Amino acid sequence: MKFNLVVQHEVEQFLYRQANLLDRKQWQGWIDLFAADGIYWMPPDASYQTWDGQPAIFAEDKNLMTVRKLRVLHPDAWSQRPLWETTHVVSNVSIKHISKSGDVEVSSRFHMLELRRDNVRHFAGSYFHKMKKNKKGYAIQLQRVDMANAQAAYDYVLQVWV
Amino acid sequence: MLKERDYDFSRLVEPDRVRKEVYTDAEIFEREMERIHETVWIYVGHDSQVPKAGDYTTVQIGRQPMIMVRGSDGKVNVLYNRCPHRGNMICGDTKGNTGDFFRCSYHAWTFHHDGKLKGIPMKEAYAGTRYGKDNPDCSIKKAARVQNYRGFVFTSLAKDGPTLKEFLGKSIVAFDDMCDRAPEGEVEVVPNCFRIIQHSNWKLFLENQLDALHPSVVHQSTGRAAHEVEKILAKKAKGGATPLSYHMLSAFATVTIDKWDDFQTINYPYGHCILTGYMGLRPQDPDTLAYDRIMIKAYGKKRFEEIVGVNIHHVLVYPGLSVQSPLQQLRAVRPLGVDRTLTEIWHFRLKGAPEAIYRRSLAYYNLVNSPATLINADDLENFWKCHQGLASDGGDWVSLGRHHGRDIERNGAIESGPKMGTSEAPMRNQMKAWSSYMKD
Repeated sequence: MKFNLVVQHEVEQFLYRQANLLDRKQWQGWIDLFAADGIYWMPPDASYQTWDGQPAIFAEDKNLMTVRKLRVLHPDAWSQRPLWETTHVVSNVSIKHISKSGDVEVSSRFHMLELRRDNVRHFAGSYFHKMKKNKKGYAIQLQRVDMANAQAAYDYVLQVWV
Repeated sequence: MLKERDYDFSRLVEPDRVRKEVYTDAEIFEREMERIHETVWIYVGHDSQVPKAGDYTTVQIGRQPMIMVRGSDGKVNVLYNRCPHRGNMICGDTKGNTGDFFRCSYHAWTFHHDGKLKGIPMKEAYAGTRYGKDNPDCSIKKAARVQNYRGFVFTSLAKDGPTLKEFLGKSIVAFDDMCDRAPEGEVEVVPNCFRIIQHSNWKLFLENQLDALHPSVVHQSTGRAAHEVEKILAKKAKGGATPLSYHMLSAFATVTIDKWDDFQTINYPYGHCILTGYMGLRPQDPDTLAYDRIMIKAYGKKRFEEIVGVNIHHVLVYPGLSVQSPLQQLRAVRPLGVDRTLTEIWHFRLKGAPEAIYRRSLAYYNLVNSPATLINADDLENFWKCHQGLASDGGDWVSLGRHHGRDIERNGAIESGPKMGTSEAPMRNQMKAWSSYMKD
């Protein structure tokens, strides 16, 4: 399939939806964006080439995503009290590859602001998405998240996916 | 308020309770740094972090910025990260390779890997002065004492005191248990450090490590969630095994609060403690059996049984290290201020063990110890809340009275009593060590 503005638009809308589901805490809706064997991966260093068999800030298949979802929804998840807010901005969307069947590899940048109690934290970096074309749009096979501050000391932790 | 008490350290700690200022007072913190962290043996790093000559890593010991560097002679040195000329830090990065020597970025004084002065630009300017190679004050200051036990490098910034082995005592099992589980008898660091900052006093982290009452309260949410998914996976596997990583998490819920009394803490001099194991890490799956065969070949049946029979979950080396030897995890605690603490988290490969065994250690590292941890997230929340509460005037004392008076003294150690695993004996033991360091 050739690159065209319609594909660019569809991909951008998909990435915005992904970020919007996170900001609206629609955890199951977000997990549903992934293919059955999809992986969410945040490496601790940009030089890492694979999520498998190495240290990872996140390296989650849909089963582990479900653990995280059930955990944050549990009434005794203490660090979820008070709840927090995030807001993502996704930009610089660049399609790197399109296959004949319409599968895409896409790079983009994100900026996320998080508010918890009275404290604001900023996280920013790049996304890499490997996505399979399907009837509904796309299914994420790999979402790689490279944080600009991946190697920095974390003030507390990341509660959910970025 | 503390000033009026005139620092009577014998009155800050009672056998079953501690004054809140111990956690919140900035002057007490300074004294702790001087008397404890800059005096006793503190973990610097593993020598496999600096495999080649010139490799270095920087680390904070107490309030002191230090460098661990591998010399051309293969020796690991620990130096103050300070140029003797005008006081500039020598290394500005957390790790790297300095080449054949250190070169200060300010006026280009150069130093050998052991800190000795190598050269000064246009050195004739110092002719007739007290400055030059003959003056030890012109070399980078070395840590007073450095010792390496099975690859684990410790430093003491005080000239005098017990040797590392005397200091560690029985807690040395942390390193023996880790290394002995390797068919080659050694471990190698996985070169990634997860660093997490908590906004609370450093002692809250250490006291939490062997607090057997907290896991089923604090980690209920993750334990339940993992157990739900584990059940679904077990159904799909139709009697086959589910990944051990789910068990590591679900144990926080399936081991209910009353069952934690079945475990035991053993408390040693200098504040060190051990929590006996609870995770049942001797499954009979093909990976474990393959590992067992390699181990039996390396050690013989009898020694193998001794090694894998060591029943430890956690070893706390007071005041700065928490080791989970059966899973090859290590957390170094670096106090940054009275209400700010950094933990540096590492894991290790067992040399000669199959990849599948490493994957268990990795799963624990990623799920429990990463900056997206499903477990420590709730501990960190409690540490912050605890520090906030302690800083208030809502009370003067922290109670450590659980099962007080029922500890058993045996062979120089203090054991929690039978069916009293949730005893606050480890905290009492830590505070006992703390007060002996802090008193005159």
